Amino acid sequence: MDEEYDVSANVAWTSLSHTPVATTTSPPMASSATHSILHTSHLALIWMIADPHLQGTGLTECILSGLLSVDGQKVLHMDRNDYYGGASASLNLTQVSNSGLASLVARRTAVVFEKEVRRRQERGGGDWDQPWTGRSYSATGEDYAVDLIPKFILASGELTRMLVHTDVTRYLEFKQIAGSYVYRDGRISKVPSTEMEAVRSPLMGLFEKRRARNFFMFLQSWREDDPATHQGLDVNTCLMKDVYAKFGLEPGTQDFVGHAMALWLDDDYKTKPARPTIDRIILYTQSMARYGKSPYIYPLYGLGELPQAFARLSAIYGGTYMLDKKIESVNVDPETGKFTGVTSAGETVRAKKVIGDPSYFGAGKELEEGGGKMRVVETGKVVRAICILKHPIPGTDDADSAQIIIPQNQVGRKNDIYIAAVSSAHNVAAQNVWIAMVSTIVETSVPEREILPGLQLLGSVLDKFVSITPLYAPTAPGSDDHVYITKTYDATSHFETVVEDVFDVWHRVKGEPLVLKKREVQVEA
Amino acid sequence: MSRTTSFKLVLLGESAVGKSSLVLRFVRNEFSDFRINHRVSIGFAGAAFLTQTVNLDDNTAVKFEIWDTAGQERYKSLAPIYFRNSNAAVIVYDITQPPETSFEKAKTWVRELQRQADPGIVIMLVGNKLDLSASRKTSTELGKQFADEEGLLFAEASAKSGEGVEGLFMEIARKLPANPPPTRTPASRQGVRVEGQAEETPSACNC
Repeated sequence: MDEEYDVSANVAWTSLSHTPVATTTSPPMASSATHSILHTSHLALIWMIADPHLQGTGLTECILSGLLSVDGQKVLHMDRNDYYGGASASLNLTQVSNSGLASLVARRTAVVFEKEVRRRQERGGGDWDQPWTGRSYSATGEDYAVDLIPKFILASGELTRMLVHTDVTRYLEFKQIAGSYVYRDGRISKVPSTEMEAVRSPLMGLFEKRRARNFFMFLQSWREDDPATHQGLDVNTCLMKDVYAKFGLEPGTQDFVGHAMALWLDDDYKTKPARPTIDRIILYTQSMARYGKSPYIYPLYGLGELPQAFARLSAIYGGTYMLDKKIESVNVDPETGKFTGVTSAGETVRAKKVIGDPSYFGAGKELEEGGGKMRVVETGKVVRAICILKHPIPGTDDADSAQIIIPQNQVGRKNDIYIAAVSSAHNVAAQNVWIAMVSTIVETSVPEREILPGLQLLGSVLDKFVSITPLYAPTAPGSDDHVYITKTYDATSHFETVVEDVFDVWHRVKGEPLVLKKREVQVEA
Repeated sequence: MSRTTSFKLVLLGESAVGKSSLVLRFVRNEFSDFRINHRVSIGFAGAAFLTQTVNLDDNTAVKFEIWDTAGQERYKSLAPIYFRNSNAAVIVYDITQPPETSFEKAKTWVRELQRQADPGIVIMLVGNKLDLSASRKTSTELGKQFADEEGLLFAEASAKSGEGVEGLFMEIARKLPANPPPTRTPASRQGVRVEGQAEETPSACNC
């Protein structure tokens, strides 16, 4: 008999350099669409940390509780929902409808889903029968894992690094996203990520291809410590628009480079130093090179697996989890204003510090009369439409999954429109069903109209669920009151800003930067 | 040629019925009465799972990846990810407790598995603390009867004395399918391999 002690314990944390990724927000909206099906004023999750820390279970909070537990902190993690993940959960019907305490988003989704299913059952027959009635949808809904936020994991990005360093990958299986596309002049094409692909890409004309090729070669040969590769550009000071100018790239090419590769949501980056944009393009191309089809990977069974996996990391390091715990109050010392604990179901848990998502700290609620403290502020709104399709997205070569980016300039907007599509290949839908999420930052009073250019690329949509989600950010770092609040998941198509928030909250809570050490590499004798 | 097949086995049952102790007896032949933070004291702390291999015959071995609840069975917080792709489950109750407590809880775990797990999962119901049979409050017949009704394997055992422990895992091993099922072992993953690859890719930028 052999014995093996399988440990994630030799995780020692070494340095992980960290590229800041800017978050873009639009001005707060005056009003939201009246016809939106889901109104998500309470985005997602509770995560609180304490010492004993308290948390909720969104991805940001679960990563934090995992890291804090490994760090030796005593963590108590609570969530008002009876499932993990809050706003970053993937939900099936049963789970949602059984949950009396489901978030507003989830509950309304469930109600709408159920009504639809009933209506279709009554009507009987037709296209709706499969997969919408019977086993795969109405009976159990277990075949579905519908993400509440559309994000993919950059294969060489920060979240991947976090997953590998914490060994959380052992709980998860990943698949590639099959393609990365960009919209230009009315049609979609694959995003070229090397000079070879640029040469073949239908996105550009002959002369533009040469220029783009030079630009990509510059990026591929660029080395930080070798000035000869910099072609006279100091990327730390020169602006990105000047880099474009040097290579003579057309505006349309700039659109796909800046939006589909550097993944900026708007055009502000052009008038800023080129460095972060170049870092991001390199991150994209590295991610692309890793598995080949696209720069993205995705966990089988949906994004909701991610918070669960980090929660397990926390639990095996002694963290305590409580789901289905409604938080009645967050208590502060009346004298000092410092956090003292939380009350749930009449019981008060005392803790020194608390970490949680904005929904636990008054997001979307009026300030109570005579006091309270404004802890979170709305920074913008995101409109998202979950669309159910019975076919792959047209123009993607029948891909089982895809990301499509519509650069803002292409459709006269300030912010890009994203489409993220997954299917049964990722164990998130019944056979031959695709789930596509179309999203953008809200710019007008009719958000649903703003995503039309994205919806039009999908072909016929079997069903559609639209939500308008306010984004919240904390008003204070938490150093005064020991209340540390995370940010709402933003409109970006990946998890880089989520990990950035983890680093930020860690720094605020611990007073020192989070340093991920490389795991000891086991060398065979 | 000997062939080893890996299977994921999950532990279920109420807190303090001896789930982790049974596994520690099986994997390391150890037992500890000491229970402050029991998972730390018995060596599950920081372990994603423990493994143990049993030989069925000269040609066949079964390697168990044994997953502990990590305390997440309390407060309704065991995540679906725990059950995902499990091939076997050991559901434990305490025979020194009256049936309406941990035995009843074991029954609810059976229902939960029937709802969440793969239909082919092998379930073993175990009455633990057989060394304390003098103060038994749940009868062998009760456990046996329920197991028969539900088509479960059944055993009574003592993590403390070791009685019945190896036998129950052997019985599970014999019941598991001979052909490798989809497990999370790297070789049979459907998707991309992520582990360790972050280190392999040289980083040309500061990202």
